[in-house]
Amino acid sequence: MSFDPTVAEADRHDQAPAAGRAVRIGVGGPVGSGKTALVAALCRALADVDLAVVTNDIYTTEDAEFLRRAGVLDPARIEAVRTGCCPHTAIRDDITANLDAVDSLAERFPGLRLVIIESGGDNLTAVFSRGLVDHQIFVVDVAGGDKVPRKGGPGVTTADLLVINKTDLAPLVGADLGVMSGDAHRVRNGLPVVLQSLVDTPDAPAVAGWVRDRL
Amino acid sequence: MSVLAMLLADSRFPGGGHVHSGGLEEAAARGLLRAEADLPPFLTARLRTAGLLAAVFAAASAHAAGSPRGDGVWDVLDAELDARTPSAAARYASRVQGKAFARAVGVMVVPSVDGDCGSTLRAVLAATPRPHHAIVLGVAAGSVAGAARVAAYLAVSGPASAAVRLLGLDPLWVNGVVAGMVDEVEAVAGEAVRWAGCAPAELPAPSSPGLDLLAEEHERHHREEVRLFVS
Ligand SMILES: Nc1nc2c(ncn2[C@@H]2O[C@H](COP(=O)(O)OP(=O)(O)OP(=O)(O)O)[C@@H](O)[C@H]2O)c(=O)[nH]1
Ligand SMILES: [Mg+2]
Repeated sequence: MSFDPTVAEADRHDQAPAAGRAVRIGVGGPVGSGKTALVAALCRALADVDLAVVTNDIYTTEDAEFLRRAGVLDPARIEAVRTGCCPHTAIRDDITANLDAVDSLAERFPGLRLVIIESGGDNLTAVFSRGLVDHQIFVVDVAGGDKVPRKGGPGVTTADLLVINKTDLAPLVGADLGVMSGDAHRVRNGLPVVLQSLVDTPDAPAVAGWVRDRL
Repeated sequence: MSVLAMLLADSRFPGGGHVHSGGLEEAAARGLLRAEADLPPFLTARLRTAGLLAAVFAAASAHAAGSPRGDGVWDVLDAELDARTPSAAARYASRVQGKAFARAVGVMVVPSVDGDCGSTLRAVLAATPRPHHAIVLGVAAGSVAGAARVAAYLAVSGPASAAVRLLGLDPLWVNGVVAGMVDEVEAVAGEAVRWAGCAPAELPAPSSPGLDLLAEEHERHHREEVRLFVS
């Protein structure tokens, strides 16, 4: 809503990415929730899409190595960013290092249609700047406790897609999936929520479909 | 000090500075810097060497931006700063930060000394797509004195903030250390201003072999284990 009567109200619809550049999707969420596993699953499921990945993991070589071992992506299509101990700063307050990484991928691969940016594991308040990504996915896991969606925070409440991962572990950690799903839908005001297990569905079909719709 | 210079010196300015520790991460990893008492000498050494060099080139760049100039000045400044930065890793870090800074400055409308920072910045980027940080800072700061002060201050404030993050030092105490250095920061900036109008080849070349070695080791260790900062 505009508080200035002399100014027309801003367009509330999402801006389409500038013509010709790759769509940029951020994958954020707490440490160990399954971000890299999801990125690997997406690379596999979207094998027909010209894509690349930027990682912000502190063990930069670790994530790249994981993706290389998974055999889902040419290592030349992975750029690692160092975040100076502040993973949230690198994706939100000062995104220049990540933009640099995206630019260098775009220079190397001119036909790029999708860049997936994995944030370093952080807390529930960490979200991507709209200057860096067009859409963002926030990944939490069942093992973190079924209170997580209820706690909210910008990651859970505002991400374009919330993924509640590792549902296969729910019985082992005593997490109630019904509570998690209910709380998530309540705090997100209609924004989509996916419950998944990468053990049961290694290709993350629901998330891959959501990403495809954004290309 | 202009408000514009304050904006550029602010740690919240999104110019890529927060991922550079100026050698402090490597020093800490090697146990050369463990406790609060180790910090002031490190910062002072940095100010007198890398800080003075950055301030001199930021001031020279601001001077060039504000003077009628022939083609090629940006190539010359770039090459002269390269020649004064013996560590390849330090040159790389300076260019990474310069590129990030140029991106941030490029989207701001910055009134500069010649009232046309945009075209000056384009000329710098035409000379080299990854300019040194000090050169871009000089173009953006709007005045020779502002450029020198910001460069000298950032040479200290960056590693100080990295010390808080890496070693868990008391942030209040660390700020006190930086505050205690303001006279020397001013003096370094003042010296840089005096050099600003000289021919680039005549500019001083202060350096610290110890910091150069830390910069090289930082990159080498990053390939072997992990370093959280770019420098
Ligand atoms: N049981 C189970 N384990 C999973 C699932 N998804 C991921 N994992 C495992 O969880 C662990 C952490 O997964 P990652 O993908 O590395 O998590 P991350 O979020 O990238 O972690 P950081 O980058 O360190 O923050 C790995 O051992 C994965 O194999 C799942 O759906 N079920
Ligand atoms: Mg990961």
